[in-house]
Amino acid sequence: MRTELAVVPTARTSSANRAPERRGVRGRTTLTILGALTAAVVAVFLFTDLTGNTAFILERRLTTVATMVVVATAIAICTVLFHAITGNQILTPSVMGFDSLFVLLQTVAAITIGVRWMTATGPVLGFAIETAVMLVVTLPAARWLLLGGRRSIEVVVLIGVVAGGLFRSVGMFLQRIMDPTQFIVLQDRFFARFTGTEPALIATGAVVVALGVVWVVRHHAALDVMALGVPVATTLGVDHRRLSTAALTVVIVLVSTSTALVGPTTFLGLLVAHLAYRAAGTHRHAVTVPAATLVAVITLVGGQLVLERVLGFSGSLSIVVEFAGGLVFLLLFLRRGAR
Amino acid sequence: MISVQHVTTSYGRTVVVDDVSLTIADGGVTALVGPNGAGKSTLLKVIARLLQADAGVVTVADLDVARTAPEVLARRLAVLAQDTQVPVRLTVRDLVTFGRFPHTRGRPTAEDHALVEEAMAHLDITDLADRYLDEISGGQRQRAFIAMVFAQDTDHLLLDEPLNNLDMRHGAQLMQIVRDAADRRGTSIVLVVHDINAASVFADHIIALKDGRVVTQGPPQEVMVEDVLESVFDVPVRVVEVDGYRHAIHLSGRLARPRTG
Repeated sequence: MRTELAVVPTARTSSANRAPERRGVRGRTTLTILGALTAAVVAVFLFTDLTGNTAFILERRLTTVATMVVVATAIAICTVLFHAITGNQILTPSVMGFDSLFVLLQTVAAITIGVRWMTATGPVLGFAIETAVMLVVTLPAARWLLLGGRRSIEVVVLIGVVAGGLFRSVGMFLQRIMDPTQFIVLQDRFFARFTGTEPALIATGAVVVALGVVWVVRHHAALDVMALGVPVATTLGVDHRRLSTAALTVVIVLVSTSTALVGPTTFLGLLVAHLAYRAAGTHRHAVTVPAATLVAVITLVGGQLVLERVLGFSGSLSIVVEFAGGLVFLLLFLRRGAR
Repeated sequence: MISVQHVTTSYGRTVVVDDVSLTIADGGVTALVGPNGAGKSTLLKVIARLLQADAGVVTVADLDVARTAPEVLARRLAVLAQDTQVPVRLTVRDLVTFGRFPHTRGRPTAEDHALVEEAMAHLDITDLADRYLDEISGGQRQRAFIAMVFAQDTDHLLLDEPLNNLDMRHGAQLMQIVRDAADRRGTSIVLVVHDINAASVFADHIIALKDGRVVTQGPPQEVMVEDVLESVFDVPVRVVEVDGYRHAIHLSGRLARPRTG
């Protein structure tokens, strides 16, 4: 019996040998196209309609673009990492209520420490403290919820939605009872606005996000393996628990950063991540993370451009993005249920 | 060498592996057999460090699996888990290329790509290389995972029910490949099989478990004996010899229903 079996030929076909490179090319092509689009959109946003005090307008626009790039990068990284950690592409940190919690923390900080003190010490220190508290509170909870044993995705989404709702309600309740002058200072932060962010905070955010980028660059291959799930990752020599805890830390810090800069954005991450997955056609984080970042920049800068100069509205970008992102979320959830 | 010392594992209050000690020598194919719920897969998972034992120590090639750095162990020990689902949409070639990860840390060279193609050819899935895993059959996916494990090119290999989902031809082919790896490359292979006759024909050594304990072990001639098999499986069994290999046939009767697993 042993000798009778035909041993399968081991010859390799030439087309099979070329294929890996061909796919590398597709990823690179996608990134090149997205990069060119991003550059074009940013250029149009910065340099068209420049009348009057050009220096002043340019500076304002540059600040907006800088904010958007920092936020886009933060949101893209956290969403894609979150998908890899949970082995699921519907969940995002925002859907799980991470940024509602951050807003709640900001509110509590304003009440206990006082807005005056926060203003006096500058936004950077406040941001650092809030992020640290956020990490201490969220990391153990997220580890328990996402990494402790198998929980069905429906239960996780439910817990996230309930927790997010709770954080929002408590936050709103506190905002009702707080001093009106304090509230006005805070109010600014609770709606995603991409214009008029504090420059010092943008700079801090840029540094934090840059650190996140460095982390992803160093771990992208291991992240590819982690995304295969616990059993396969373990047998391939990746300590899933340790790497996913590290990735969760990065996610929480970046959520805090983007929320501190522009406020909560529930579905933006989901929208850009799925557009990027479609465009990239690969699982590799070396492609999906930069692709999602570029898509996010295009969405934000392009969206602002259209709203501000084509339609003549102001300040409602987040609503439009949330609407589109919410539709994507519903579609994904329904399509999953249909299967 | 794989050494298991006083390993106990339980799910909740149910003890699944009960103070098992055994050593598996280097080289050759060892089959873990036993009835459903005997603890075969659980024991294999403990050896594969997919499950932490409540007590006891497991070493593979003198490395304590619970303490050795995962990336070090992954170059010595490859595992085919029973559940072949991944949450990411991958092509067959993507998956098999992951087998090289322990050696390349994500930077496969031309040599690694050649090994990947070779592993796919070996498992007869070259024509599926660019198909996505969710577009192919269970048996084809099983072969893709086995190709990944072979691409990992380790000296120890654990396979949890590798014959799952495979038709007769591919099942036989797989056992042939397993045999080949043991004989030509000197890989030590431990596998969980339901088909006791496959174990009889292809394994060098059979370990029979029941209720979380090792009941008996030895070369197929010693384990493939009517009394022994009856005590392991609680089924009346007749052993016949075909071309020098022993095959067990369970007799019909109250206890002898066709196996479904």
